[in-house]
Amino acid sequence: MSGDADTVAARTRAPSRETVIRTRGLTRRFGDTLAVDGLDLAVGAGEVYGFLGPNGCGKSTTIRMLCGLLLPTQGEIEVLGLQIPGQAEALKRQIGYMTQMFSLYRDLSTRENLGFVASLYGLPGHAARDRIDELIETYALAAFIDQLTGTLSGGQRQRVALAAAVLNRPRLLFLDEPTSAVDPQSRRDFWDALFALADAGTTLLVSTHYMDEAERCHRLAILQAGRLAAEGTPDELRGRLPGVPLAVDTPDPRKTQRVLESLPEVQSCAQIGSRLRVLVNAQSDLDAVRHALEAEGIEAQARATEPNLEDVFVGATRGQVQP
Amino acid sequence: MIRSTVQRFSLRRVFAVVGKELRQLRRDRLTYAMIIGIPATQLLLFGYAINLDVRELPAAIVDHAQTSRSREFVQALAQTQVFRFTEVTSDPSEARSRIRAGEIKAALVVPRDFERRLLATDEPVAQLLVDGSEQVVQQAARQIAGFPVRAMLRGQSVSPPGGAIEVLTLYNPLREAPLNTVPGLIGVILTMTMVMFTAIALVRERERGNLEFLITTPLSTLELTLGKILPFVGIGLIQTTIVVALGAAIFHVPVRGSLPDLYVAAFVFIIATLALGILISTVVSSQFQAMQAAIFTLLPQILLSGFMFPLEGMPRVARWLAELLPLTHFVRLARGIMVRGADLTELWPSAAKLCLFALIALTIATLRFRKRLD
Repeated sequence: MSGDADTVAARTRAPSRETVIRTRGLTRRFGDTLAVDGLDLAVGAGEVYGFLGPNGCGKSTTIRMLCGLLLPTQGEIEVLGLQIPGQAEALKRQIGYMTQMFSLYRDLSTRENLGFVASLYGLPGHAARDRIDELIETYALAAFIDQLTGTLSGGQRQRVALAAAVLNRPRLLFLDEPTSAVDPQSRRDFWDALFALADAGTTLLVSTHYMDEAERCHRLAILQAGRLAAEGTPDELRGRLPGVPLAVDTPDPRKTQRVLESLPEVQSCAQIGSRLRVLVNAQSDLDAVRHALEAEGIEAQARATEPNLEDVFVGATRGQVQP
Repeated sequence: MIRSTVQRFSLRRVFAVVGKELRQLRRDRLTYAMIIGIPATQLLLFGYAINLDVRELPAAIVDHAQTSRSREFVQALAQTQVFRFTEVTSDPSEARSRIRAGEIKAALVVPRDFERRLLATDEPVAQLLVDGSEQVVQQAARQIAGFPVRAMLRGQSVSPPGGAIEVLTLYNPLREAPLNTVPGLIGVILTMTMVMFTAIALVRERERGNLEFLITTPLSTLELTLGKILPFVGIGLIQTTIVVALGAAIFHVPVRGSLPDLYVAAFVFIIATLALGILISTVVSSQFQAMQAAIFTLLPQILLSGFMFPLEGMPRVARWLAELLPLTHFVRLARGIMVRGADLTELWPSAAKLCLFALIALTIATLRFRKRLD
């Protein structure tokens, strides 16, 4: 797990009480499929709020409905005190949205793209220049400011996209899987930039399917098939895990996994390298696991370990963590 | 920063989009070349190639009479230049098989009793076999059928043929084809480029995900639509200028009416075609589909607008359809203004219909072009 230091730093900031996003029974249907199913959300001001879930769980659809880009089939949305979709136009000036796919113009340079966005927000010439200079400084864009964005690397392009999304100094920033096309170093730098925004008072809503990113959020919503499977701070979620994760070091992981999965005490079992991560119901089940391994003649070391978000995620998507 | 939360129409945002479009256009060499290239090549192609006044069709002679007067008759027909007699044969069935093979378009059969038929005024003196698979050849044959054979052979003057009705061709007495094609060609070229460019430009915005970002900004649908089509209005007017200028320089096609009238008509027509392009972009889901749809709207317009074939020869349903097409009205306006020297008030029915089309198409297009993803 990378960046433990800044994760802890981030989590110590207490989220404030004011609620900037509130939904009740938010539902979206595409034909026969329920993409989002009765979602109740409450996001506080200044929070870095994570949407964690597999592809197709309704993260993007929810974000689009919150921005007013998609109409909900059912349910109520209130963002920054505005009723969405009714007051979506008024909302648009106060939010930023960084799309999953790079959505600026690839045949325009970085500066031209930012200039265009500035004029859409009605910034007069000098104010636009000042703001763009500021963004160039903050997001280190100087090296490729006059390069066409289509020729930039994934990490560079992502910084440009973030700069464009925050150009209007939004109170609320939506980021839809912002780091999916980026190397690990760029990802850490990117999260530093996000925390800087959060420190300045911006509320961030980030969707991701990376556990290390989810770990950095103040609060998390785990989405599964359009429903809220679990919600809370990463610590709360880990604490609520109804079970104990075991680490099992074994010379034959595949055979061990077969043996363990047949035990009634074992909720789930996943191989990570040469080690198995096993979720059992209680601490006392450790003996049952050891006995079963001995009986099969497997020389494995099993011990209890700290729960991590992946355990929570697996548990939640199997319906074993209370929302 | 921005205090007002009321959505107001902003010219600044419209021009931001215009500026962005122009920048992108400047980098897109192919489109850039097409803006100039399409009008120029189409003008040269259509201007030189289209000529419904056919000449020198290859034909055969089957002269069974072989008299001095029959030879004189053949000579006289050859001088009309409608046919070029390349073959001489004595066998009519051979002439037929050569027509079937497509080697000749017609065969003139002079019967053995040609001299007797000349005296009997109620009988045809000769027979012309023509290839009916091509319409212009039939027309040429009909023209030849009126040839005053008997008068000619009596030594009377046949040029000009003394008809009972004198034909006075106004505006284009020399029957120059470019005078008919070039005015309509402005409309065809605009239809071809405008519909395709706008449809593709808008679909591309969606395909590349740009739209998803744009709709979270304060940019309104109307501002975006206007910003996207304004550059194309300029391009359309440039294309109009290219066709008119080249038409005058190369084919001596005049603008007999007022130039401002022509530009007003072109402007309204451009708006109509752009609206059609926007409409297409709201229906299709990829650039490829946009291209196909653009061609789909282009073909019936070329065929039914009266640009190539006269509306008067079409069945009633086709004519109704033609009245719904903007190109039909523009072709009428352009021919009226450029060739007949008419002004827009004289041509008001076409002008009004074109305006109506533009208005309706633009309204539907703006309504359909939603600022949402669904």
